[in-house]
Amino acid sequence: MLLKTLGYILQGTGVTIAVTLVALPMGFLIGLILSIVSVYGGKAASAAAGIYSTVMRGVPPLVLLFILYFIISGSINLSPFWAGSLSLGIISSGYQLEILRGALQSVGSSQMMAARALGMTRIEAIRYIILPQALRIVIPSWANEASVVLKDSSLVYALGVPEIIRRAQYISASTYEPFLALSAAAIIYFVLVFATNRFLDLLEARVRVPGLELSR
Amino acid sequence: MKDKPVKNKILEIKNVSKKYTDQFVLRDISLTVNEGDNVVLIGPSGTGKSTLLRCINLLTRVSGGQIFLDDEEITAKGVNEDRVRQHIGMVFQNFLLFNHLTALQNVLSGLTHVKHLPAKQAKEKALMELERVGLSDRADHYPGQLSGGQQQRVAIARALAMDPRIMLFDEPTSALDPELIGEVLEVMRKLAEEGMTMMVVTHEMGFAREVANQIVFMEKGLIVEQGTSQDLFYHPKSDRTREFLWKITELYGKKEENVT
Repeated sequence: MLLKTLGYILQGTGVTIAVTLVALPMGFLIGLILSIVSVYGGKAASAAAGIYSTVMRGVPPLVLLFILYFIISGSINLSPFWAGSLSLGIISSGYQLEILRGALQSVGSSQMMAARALGMTRIEAIRYIILPQALRIVIPSWANEASVVLKDSSLVYALGVPEIIRRAQYISASTYEPFLALSAAAIIYFVLVFATNRFLDLLEARVRVPGLELSR
Repeated sequence: MKDKPVKNKILEIKNVSKKYTDQFVLRDISLTVNEGDNVVLIGPSGTGKSTLLRCINLLTRVSGGQIFLDDEEITAKGVNEDRVRQHIGMVFQNFLLFNHLTALQNVLSGLTHVKHLPAKQAKEKALMELERVGLSDRADHYPGQLSGGQQQRVAIARALAMDPRIMLFDEPTSALDPELIGEVLEVMRKLAEEGMTMMVVTHEMGFAREVANQIVFMEKGLIVEQGTSQDLFYHPKSDRTREFLWKITELYGKKEENVT
């Protein structure tokens, strides 16, 4: 019974991972671009990025999910999977924007000044000097966001996408063992989150700059 | 820039002023720096010495007046700031090495990302510059693994690697422990001997007296007095200059004896 339940739910793991692999990088890309605009752009651009992040962090994910699926997909053909993944990505971009903005700011304006004094353009300075430092700083808080997105991916279940939670519900309806099904789902999530965090810890250790902690 | 016929005059500052809201930081500053000159700017804190350096390499915009580098007006509208800065080396009080890069990579950064030299050529040049400041054996160390004095020497090498027309030093030893000041001043002294054109803001009077061929005493955004170190140290015209030099020699005198 346990094995059957676990096996059935495990088939949804691929979908969960797929949703996360769309939402997380998408949120990262949008968040990164907007964070750079926010920190190094003009006042207007920075204000616009601020409004974007406030709105996206304020909207309940489910609301955006339904807007994208039921309203937007009227004009563009959007499958439940894509509607769900994209809306989670958009929501996550609001959070990632804030995380990355903090990291960029903590690198400090003097590093930018030193790069400009060498003759680098603003873009070159961001690319070669600021980002490599900011992305190192951001890893621990980004690991947090990765866990959140991974678990929030269960929300696509509202659109009928057969991910972990949806399948747990299906099987508990036929076995009448909701506790078993949900526990199995929880274990799978735990393993996924644990593995993600372990991976990011290793990455953090790998790109660590020797002596940097001492100099701060 | 180097294609132009060799002119003795490298930097010319004409009637430069800098104003923040309604307060003048610099007033009507005029100064000429010739090839091989070592100009030392001295004066109390907050008199605009650092601001003047920042105006020269365009990190700060002047409010009035003009600055010429090799007869080109760099304060003119439409001048490519990034191109101008490539020819002006800047050394900061807090070193400002790039924290995520080794000493060698720091020196390389301008060569590869700004000058776009081929990798091999860039590395040779960078190693040569590290050698010049006596740090070849620290090439693979990160800033966090270097002492303040070593970091500042790497910062000097990083600026030198660009083959600047002029080097600006903004209180290069002020953030250093006393026993580390000497090694940085030594590198600067060597540069001066090699004929590098330099402008130095410092409180190290020993260095000023020994190396500067022109000393500029500034106060409240104005040049109070300028002349050779002989003139300023031994025959100051202004009472303020005399008073300042007397105070600062008393304050730094002891340290100086150990260092120079």
